[in-house]
Amino acid sequence: MTFDYYPGCTLKTKAKDLDIHARNAALALGIELEELPEWQCCGAVYPIARDEIATRLTSVRALASARDRGRELLTLCSACHHVIKRVNNDIQTDDEIRNKVNNYLAPDIEYNGETKVVHYLEMLRDTVGFDTIREKAVKPMTGKRIGAYYGCLLLRPNNVMAFDNPENPTIMEDFIRALGAEPVLYPYRNECCGGYVAMDDKNLAAQKCKNITSSALERDVDMLITACPLCMYNLDINTNTAEETKLPIYYFTELLAQVLDI
Amino acid sequence: MHQKTQLQAETIRLISGTNTRKCMKCGKCTASCPAFAEMDISPHKFVSMVEHGEIDKLMASKSIWKCMSCFACVERCPRGVEPASIIEAVRQTVIRKQNNNYLRPENIPELLDPKIPQQALVSAFRKYSK
Repeated sequence: MTFDYYPGCTLKTKAKDLDIHARNAALALGIELEELPEWQCCGAVYPIARDEIATRLTSVRALASARDRGRELLTLCSACHHVIKRVNNDIQTDDEIRNKVNNYLAPDIEYNGETKVVHYLEMLRDTVGFDTIREKAVKPMTGKRIGAYYGCLLLRPNNVMAFDNPENPTIMEDFIRALGAEPVLYPYRNECCGGYVAMDDKNLAAQKCKNITSSALERDVDMLITACPLCMYNLDINTNTAEETKLPIYYFTELLAQVLDI
Repeated sequence: MHQKTQLQAETIRLISGTNTRKCMKCGKCTASCPAFAEMDISPHKFVSMVEHGEIDKLMASKSIWKCMSCFACVERCPRGVEPASIIEAVRQTVIRKQNNNYLRPENIPELLDPKIPQQALVSAFRKYSK
């Protein structure tokens, strides 16, 4: 199956590891990712205010372009997924936003929210199947204890994201099992890392990350996985500075590529 | 209520898309908030202060710069009120005034480090500036 792939700004620069291993692993699993031509940055945060139109346009351009190409739109970065999926929901459910956006963009065919937005993990679960990953695992991570860090963007608000149970998600733990490793549950796996607050209040982000990593370390995890470059940054700079809090953080696609031996 | 404060409160309700009257004051939003300890006005108070038209106080609050838009409060509200959307509406009302950006491009160089992802810069500008 072929998806239109939306990498987003950070995957082209600081989060190349998230991107490149995702592309390679998809190929090995029989999935073709074709990068959406001329995609533009999603804006990294969803424009919550109902009267924001300009900040919704890049997402709509990507969505309409995938619709015109007859493809589902596959995302990988948690923030891109969150923004694009929520803007798509606005177009489907809010007449005023849909009208204003279409009046401005004036596309040949009006965009009415037809495109399906799929996160890479959802593709692994629903299109490839975790059993297939288990079968194709050349170097399973047997014996490794891995904590899934979900953060906020993939899960909330659940009535729009519909990603997994927002309080007790399982998709990343199922993924970890497919890698042959042991998923470890810990209390802060779906609590916020501080996100963009790190730019303005580094201490606040540091506190949030400390809650996350110390609660994971208490449960003897060998590493954490994430799908978000900003979570990666916050968790990494706030734990891997001191020996006693050292905890490797990986993008989930890095481990997937390693297990598939590519 | 004074006409100006009424209009301000109505604007917040409109752009947040939230009905503050549905709040039953259970405080679950504030209990869920990861930035609670840093806030001078906590999320449940935002809801009632919009209801009472106290928008100027909210606009001066430091809470609007501490909210991480993690949506824990929205997810856990038993009444479908969206405190995070109200906080965002107040934040927008502040930064939409001229010369009122909270983060300016000239602040950026001192905030940078080699690992910082583009996503952090883009989000911060979207949240703190117009």
